[in-house]
Order: sequence, then C-alpha cells, then structure tokens
Amino acid sequence: MAGAVKRYSGLMDWLTTVDHKKIGILYLISAGIFFLFGGVEALLIRLQLFFPEQNLFGENTAEIFNQLITMHGTTMIFFAAMPLIFALMNAIVPLQIGARDVAFPYVNALSFWLFLFGGVLLNTSYLLGGAPDAGWTAYAALSTKAYSGSGVDFYVLGLQIAGLGTLIGGINFLVTIINMRAPGMTFMRMPLFTWASFVTSALVLFAFPAITVALVLLMFDRLFNAQFFEVAGGGNVVLWEHIFWIFGHPEVYILILPAFGIISEVLSTFSHKRLFGYGTMVFATALIGFLGFMVWVHHMFTVGLGPIANAIFAIATMLIAVPTGIKIFNWLLTMWGGHIRFTAASLYAIGFIPTFVIGGMTGIMLTLPPADFQFQDSYFVVAHFHYTIVGGLIFGMFSGMYYWWPKMFGRMLNETMGKISFWFFFVGFHMTFFIQHWLGLDGMPRRVYTYLAGQGFEKGNFISTIGAMLMGVSIIVMMINIIVTQMKKADAPADPWDGRTLEWAISSPAPEYNFAQLPRVRGLDALWIEKMAGNKGMIPAEPLAEIHMPSPSIMPFVKALGLFIAGYGFMFNGNTKATSLPVVGFVFEHYILAAAGVAVFLFGMFLRSVYDDQGFHIPIEEIHVDQEENA
Amino acid sequence: MSAHSHPGVLPPHPESATLEGRNKLMGFWLFLGGESVLFGCLFATFLGLRGHSDDLLAKNPAEFFDLTTVAWSTVILLVSSLTSVLAILGMHKRNTKQIYLWFTVTVLLGLSFLGLEIMEFSNYTNHDSFHFTQTAYASSFYTLVGFHGAHVLFGTLWISLLLLQLTRKGLTVVTAPKLYVAALYWHFVDLVWVFIFTVVYLMGKVA
Amino acid sequence: MFKKWRSRWRLGALLPLMIWLMTGCSQENLSTLIPAGPVAREQLWLMKFSLGVMLIVFVVVIAVFFYVLVKYRKRKGQTGIPEQVEGNHTLEIIWTVIPFIMLFVLAIPTIMYTFKFEKVYSASEAIQVKVTGHQFWWEFEYPQYGFTTGQDLYIPKGKQIQFELTSKDVIHSFWVPAIGGKRDNNPGLINKMTLLAEKEGVFKGKCAELCGPSHALMDFKVIVLDENDFNTWSQKMRAKPEPMDLSPLAAKGKELFTKNSCISCHAVGGNGGVLGPNLTNFADREMVASIRKNTTENVKAWIKDPNSIKPGNTMFKGYSPYPNFSDDDLDALAAYLESLHVYKK
Repeated sequence: MAGAVKRYSGLMDWLTTVDHKKIGILYLISAGIFFLFGGVEALLIRLQLFFPEQNLFGENTAEIFNQLITMHGTTMIFFAAMPLIFALMNAIVPLQIGARDVAFPYVNALSFWLFLFGGVLLNTSYLLGGAPDAGWTAYAALSTKAYSGSGVDFYVLGLQIAGLGTLIGGINFLVTIINMRAPGMTFMRMPLFTWASFVTSALVLFAFPAITVALVLLMFDRLFNAQFFEVAGGGNVVLWEHIFWIFGHPEVYILILPAFGIISEVLSTFSHKRLFGYGTMVFATALIGFLGFMVWVHHMFTVGLGPIANAIFAIATMLIAVPTGIKIFNWLLTMWGGHIRFTAASLYAIGFIPTFVIGGMTGIMLTLPPADFQFQDSYFVVAHFHYTIVGGLIFGMFSGMYYWWPKMFGRMLNETMGKISFWFFFVGFHMTFFIQHWLGLDGMPRRVYTYLAGQGFEKGNFISTIGAMLMGVSIIVMMINIIVTQMKKADAPADPWDGRTLEWAISSPAPEYNFAQLPRVRGLDALWIEKMAGNKGMIPAEPLAEIHMPSPSIMPFVKALGLFIAGYGFMFNGNTKATSLPVVGFVFEHYILAAAGVAVFLFGMFLRSVYDDQGFHIPIEEIHVDQEENA
Repeated sequence: MSAHSHPGVLPPHPESATLEGRNKLMGFWLFLGGESVLFGCLFATFLGLRGHSDDLLAKNPAEFFDLTTVAWSTVILLVSSLTSVLAILGMHKRNTKQIYLWFTVTVLLGLSFLGLEIMEFSNYTNHDSFHFTQTAYASSFYTLVGFHGAHVLFGTLWISLLLLQLTRKGLTVVTAPKLYVAALYWHFVDLVWVFIFTVVYLMGKVA
Repeated sequence: MFKKWRSRWRLGALLPLMIWLMTGCSQENLSTLIPAGPVAREQLWLMKFSLGVMLIVFVVVIAVFFYVLVKYRKRKGQTGIPEQVEGNHTLEIIWTVIPFIMLFVLAIPTIMYTFKFEKVYSASEAIQVKVTGHQFWWEFEYPQYGFTTGQDLYIPKGKQIQFELTSKDVIHSFWVPAIGGKRDNNPGLINKMTLLAEKEGVFKGKCAELCGPSHALMDFKVIVLDENDFNTWSQKMRAKPEPMDLSPLAAKGKELFTKNSCISCHAVGGNGGVLGPNLTNFADREMVASIRKNTTENVKAWIKDPNSIKPGNTMFKGYSPYPNFSDDDLDALAAYLESLHVYKK
C-alpha cells in the first residue's frame, strides 16, 4: 500500500528528515554553534570588564556592550540551552520509552526549523542595524521604539518564530510520552530523564504562550504604534514584567528539570545502583514544575507590588527548595554504597551537586524580599543565575552529552580530553562566578558596561575574567575532542556504560526504526532487569514484521523559511532604506513580503492537510541486515 | 501503526481508531491548553489596561459598545457550536450528508459572525473615533477581540477545507480525526467568545 | 617528609593570595556589607541569617558528598554488584521535614521585615523627597522645602526620609547600598520607600535597572549632614540663590548659558527649565556628570562633547545640532558653572 517513497541522502537527507535521532543531531549542532556565539559574547563582556573604565569597542562601547549582554542572554537561553535540551530529548526520549519515533515526526522537523530560523533571524541583527540592546528581559519602556534601536524588532520576531517551534515541540513530546510508550512501560517505570522531559514539555506548553503574548504586544507597539507600554497613552510598563516572568520563571524550570533528569540517570548508571527514592524523585519533579508557575513575582520584589504580594510569593518560592533538597539528598544516597566510576559524564554530574547547592542557597537568599532589595539587579543575581543555569543546566547537559554521545553518533568521546575539559570548566566556572557574589554585595549593579576605578570592583572583575578564559579553554578542548572523535570509525558498543535503561538495549547509533521489535518492559530500569535475569537483551513484545515509517519532507524547512522571510517583511516594511533597494524594494511596501512569507507557511499547512502521508515500509530483510551488521 | 482506510468497516469512533488519530486528538487538546494561556494573558492585559487614560478617547466605550450587535454575534456563535456538534454526531453515525449539512451551516454562521464583527469595528473607528493606536485600552480591546476574530476566520477556512477533503476522500480513519479536532477547535473559539462577551462587553457596559 | 613540606609550601603560597583576595574589596559608603543605616543593617542581618541557615544545609551536603565519593569510589579490581536499594521512607521524610522547619524559621523574620520596610511615613514624621529617574541622571525634589536638586541628594543624619520614586522615561532603580536596598523607578507609577542614615558622609548611589547605554554611569551621591548643617543648607537652597559678583569671565559664561538656551532645560536658582538637572548648586558637587571629578577641565570636556563621556545622554541627543563651543566659550561657561556655590562646609 505504501508507495515508493524517496529516501534522500546527503544534504537533502538532513533538510527533509523527520527522524527524531537526526533531528536531535541537528538540534545539537545548531545549539553548539549558538553556544559558541553566546560564549564569544560572554568573553567579550568579560574582557570589557577586565579592567575599569575600558572602551574595548571604541566610542560606541556602551551601545555595543548592551547589545552583547542582550544577545548573550537571549542566545544562551533560547538558542543554546533550549535546543540542547531538545537535542537530548529528541535523541533519547523515544528510545527510553521504547517508541519508533515521536508522535508527530513531521511536526518535530517543523519545530527544529522554526527554532533554527528564529535564531538565525535574531543573529542577522548584527549585520542589519545593530543587535537588540534592551537586555534579554527586554523591559518596557527601554524596549519600546523611543528608547532602543531596531535590534529589538529582531528579538521580538526571532523569539516568536523560535517560540512557536518550541511550543509545538513541547506538545509533541507530551503526546509521545502519553501515547507511545512500549508495552509494559507504565508511567512509574519511565526513566527520570523521560519524566523530566514530560514535565518540562508541560511547562513549555503553558509558559510559551505567555511570552508569545508579551512579544506580540511589544511588536504591536513597535511596528503598529499600539500603546500597551506607552505611559502617555495609558500603557503600563509593569505589564510587560508580569507577562514576561509568568513565562520566565517556568522557563527556569524548563531549563533545569531535564538537567535533573540527566543527573539522575548518570549518577545511577555510574554508581551501578538503582536511583534512590524513584517515586519521590518523580513527585519532586512534578511538584517543582507545578510550583514553578506560582512564583514569578520573586523577580519583581523591587517593582513595588506591596508587602502582601511580596510575602506570598516569597513563601511560595521557598517551598520549591523542599523538593529540590529532596533531589539533592536522593542523589547523594544513590551514590552511597555504590561503585562510583569517574568518567567525563559522571564528573559533570558529580560536579553539579555542590555547584547547584550553592545556586540553590543563593536562590533562597534571593527569595527574601527585604534582602532581595539589596541583591536585586546586582552582580549577586548574576552570580546566582549562572550557578543555576551554567552550574545546573550546562553541567547536566554536558554530562548527558558525554553519556549519550555513543548512542547519538556511534562513537565514544575521548575520556582524557573530556576530563581535562571538565576540570578547566569546573575551576573556570567557580572562578568566574563565585567572586561575583561579592561584587554584588559590594554595590556593583548588573549590566554595567564599565565601572569607575576606586570602588573596590577591580579585583573581582579581574579574577572573574580570568575564570571566563579558563572556561573558554575548556570549550576549545571539548571541540577538539568532538572533532577528533567524529573523524574516527563509528565503533561504539551498544551498551558502553553498563546502562540500565532501554536506549542501551539497541545498537549505537540506533537504527532508523529504533526497535526491530518493540520491547516488553518488566519494570523500572528495564534493561537492567533483563541483565539481572540473565537475558541478552529485551524480550520482544511483537513478532518481527515490516516497519512502517513516515516519509521525509522538505515542507517543514520551507514553512519555517516562509516565516523567516515574513519576519523581514514585517521589520522592514516601509523602511526607507529597504524600499529604496532597486527592483526588490517594492516588496517592502504594503506588507507584501510579510504576507508572502505567511502565505508560504499557510500553503504548507494546506498541503499537509490535503495530501496524506502514506509513509513507507522497511522490509524484514533490511532489518535482518542491520541486525547482522551489529552482531 | 499505519492508517489504513476501509470504507464500510469504519469503527464507531473513527476519530480515535488509530494511534495517529489518538495522537492527533491528544495533541490538539494540549494545544487548546496552550491557547487558553494565550487568551488568558490577553484577557489579563485587557483588564489591566481598562480604564486607563479614557480621557484621551472621544467617547466612553461604555457609551458606544453596541450590545445588540454583540448579542446577535453571541447567539450566532453559540448556535454554530451546536451545529458543529450535530456534524460530529453525524460522523459517529457515519452519515456523511449530515456532516456536510451541519458543518456548512457552522461555516456560514462563522462568516456572519465575522461580518458583524467587521461592521462593529468599522463603526467604532469611523463613528466613535475609537482607534487601535489611541490608548492602551483601545490597543488591548482590538488585540483581544481581533485575535478571537482571526481564530474564527481560521476556523471557517479550515472546516471548509476539510469538507472539500471529505468529498474527495470520504469519511475514513484519516479524515475523521481531522473533523473531530476542527469541531473541538470551534467549541474552544466559541467558549472564548463567551468570556469576551462577558468580560469585554457586559462588564464594559456596567463600568 | 619532602611531600609534607611541599604541601605546606603550597599552602603558604595560597595564604597571601587569600589575603589579597579578601582585603580592600568592600568599600565603605558603597558596600551593603558596611551598613550606615537601620534598613541596610537589618537587611544585612537577614542576609547573614539566611546564609547561616543555608550553610547548615551546605555543610551537611558537602560532608556526605565527600564521604560518599571517597568511600564508594570504584576500586581497582572491584567486582560484583552493589545492593540495589530502592529508597528509604524514613530518610526521605527526614529530609523533607527538616527543610520545612528551616524554611519556617527563615520565613518569620522575612515576613516581619517585608512589612516593616513598606511602612510609609507622613509629611510630619519624615522629610519627603521625590526621586525622579532620567536617562541618565537623578532629580531630587524636596516638596516640603520647595526646591529641587540634581545628582546630589542631601539628607540629615538620623532623620527618617520618605522617598517617592518615579521616572520620566524608562525604568530606573534607586539604590544606595550602604544605607538600604533598592526600589524601582517606574514611569507613570509611584513607589514609596524609606531610609535613614546614621552616619555623616558621602554615600554612593547607583541605578540598578538597565536603562540605556549609560546605565553604568548613572551614579549619584547621598550627602548626609548633621541636622544643623542640613538646615543651613536647605535654607540656602530655599532662597533659590543665584551667584552675585560674577567675574567678567563667569558673566560671559552666564550670557552664553542663556544664549545657547542651556537655561531652557537647566534651572539656576529660581529660573530655568526642568528637563535637565538643576544646576543651582553645581559647584558644590564632587562630580560632574556624576562620574568625573568636578574640575574645570572636566566641566569643559563634558560641555564640549557630552556624548563621549556619557553615551546616549539627553543633553546631547535632545539638542540638535549640538553647539560647537570654542575654547573661550568653554572657559566662560565653566567659570560660570564653577561659581554656582550654595553651601561649602
């Protein structure tokens, strides 16, 4: 019944793929590139603050610095951290639940391309009149037309496009985890990383619409002269802060929960022990996700919402410490009594614990409104959120990367280089950010492009910049490691770490269809149970048969490209510079280009609705060949 | 795993007969959850900005809000919700004619709602000098109600497209979930309107 | 033996490094760690108290952490499988309940202070000051006295000051770390906040919310005088003084000041606009443009090319084209500005 579907190779394969493993790799590569962008921005920021009263970027240093901090924050959160999470979710979650793909493979590809084009659109701002300069939080009125450059338009449109991709990605993973689990894979047998991905996806679903609304309001103000944030027209600048943080605080947990999941998996595997208190860990994850929506005002204690609001949100925020603390102790007890192996993956997971505890401690300190009046918007806050985001999220993601690299690429990253890279990163990280607590307490506000000499800020900034350089060295070592590894033969074993979960039951990298026969899951740590029972692998839950696969399609790419083009259409509509361009100028009038881009997207939706994807079947012979190759 | 169409042996609930169908339904319910947050934020924006700088307006919105038109709009949308239910009931009875009939009525009602809304907006801008760019309140009014209007427009186009597909492909386990999901969407859009009618218009009149 | 010596030598090398790190960082009049008023002191107490509570957790975690890493590291040739423990309810309940208790302990003073710091003092109880943030300078209006200053906030020692905070453009945040925590200046809204200074001296104030290119340079000074001195100062300010007996150069400067419409934004004494900082007591200021020492050279440099000193400032942006002052003009303007004394101790 399925017709002959073309299976592409080379570049076309990557542009048309709907395979979650390849999309995971695409996410990882793009996240890596954006991470380097954000990292270079970070280094430039630190270099400018190396010594007092510098002007590294000439007479426009102040403006350029504000662009750098805005782009550093936005890039790292939305275009490095989020896709890193989606990279690992794509690569691993379907394998961990014993599924052949995600629920909506086509939508999955669309998610990726929307994210990528959103990120590219944002970064082109550097070449088209300057990057956004109102901070990654883009507080109005600074982010309105009167007080900031055209860069904020790129921020507004880039994040909307990428955010749409993230939103449908979240829905995709929710449905995948609810509907596509293998026989016997009950909710309470799911690995912690899958649980974390589940809760994170739910947070994405309920948080991202909020930022979309905020961005739409700001876009209407900037492009169509609406009055949402114009005080003279009855607008309210605090409105932005509320909507932004109603998204922004869940976003913090969107970022950290998958890292919690990875730490749980890695510590368990490398301690050779079952996760301590699995049920409590699941409950804690869900509880953190739930509470994450009730605490946004703790970013706004100094806004002047009154003592009652401040007190309520302070207490709500404190409560989050309880499930987080449970997690920390359960991780320690997971290692307790185990045989702990020190690998690059487990070092990052182990290094995560004290680092994140420090971030959590300062988090509690920040949630006390009276004390926060001193911390707020100082370098203390900068230190705190880097402890949670770098010390938490990035440590977790790096751990997961070393851990799952063989499963994604069929190659083992070099352990020695991995460990060298870890130590540079660990030492550099603490050197960069620990001292910043004191800078904040000593009165240094955040987001300052320079500081005057003689205020006691010199030493701290000097040390911090040296630390940032060490982190840079670490990343260079890691990149060399990746390049060297990828040049080698793909010969990683299926189960290099003596793993416990389903993904280690299949070859590295996983075949296109993941599982030749869907496995029957008999408990938590499904593979470990079979190992203990003396079985060689999972027990199949179905006979070997042809496997139905979704067709590849170029449409997700085209649709995302449509919105990408529409973005420029909106931004440069009626712009004298753009409209004076020879020949193409006319499309920048009357929203022609914007309408055309949106039309491409809608036409893509139309085609997808009208033409059913019949998919194709992988014959049994091909599965046999794969199995022999891996035997 | 694949979605085979077997006309004549269509199961009683064709929309959830296949995994693809169930995925689609589940995904769409979740999507509506996200949409609720979206509209929730727009409502919060509207409520937060209401009453600010009304002195910049030529007239008080409470004076010119046209409750009669809006009440008709409400009736129209509520009836269209009912007709979409009748269409889905027809689907469960595998009665294609009933699907055509009631979804066509749904689309027509949706279009008349849009007609009334366009009329209403043009009255506000032309006669009452109530413009999108005038005050934050006006911006939030047009954004909230306009977003809803855009949803109605999308719904009518979508359902029309699905009816065309129905003629070409017939009622199958592939088309059934689409129809079901479109009806869900339509209910959601109606539900949002009930809130708009209450919060924007009724409460606006009182204030 | 040699090994032991070497490790001691290493420690010895660390010591001066540690001393270098720990000394000379916190600056009096700027650091939150050296409070000069009850608000900052109580906030510091809460910071220390919460840190103390948190340190208990930290020490426990770190102790268990290192114990586990050392004791349970995989040794060479170790085989077998460790016991697969599912969990332990008693333990889990312990580390659920204990944090709850700690948070409860933390919550009590937190809520107490949260309400305490929001107390608003009436005009009879406190000196009222309206603080308005501008890109990139501060305006301080004393409604009870009927005058306004720019950049320098004068307050009497030991008196409650009731601030009303707002902004003319974007969000700023008013922060005097040594005297008390910050509150935002939101355009179109008014925030209230009270502070009290216990020590005389000049304290540094900062803008804490990103407000544009020169956010980093939006400093101000809080000058705490004893009550008599403050009364003297405020009486002089209330008289809206304009300098008498100007030198010929300064007189020319005054002429230029009017001719180039500086006065339409900057008030001196009772005359002039309100768009820029009030210059009545310009020569009393320690700093020009809040970031350079108030010397004739710096005043001239500032007037000549303000954008190079404070990028994006409205004096440059709002005055287009910005006049091209000759050196003689600059000398005259500086001489005039340097004559604007109100109060010299």
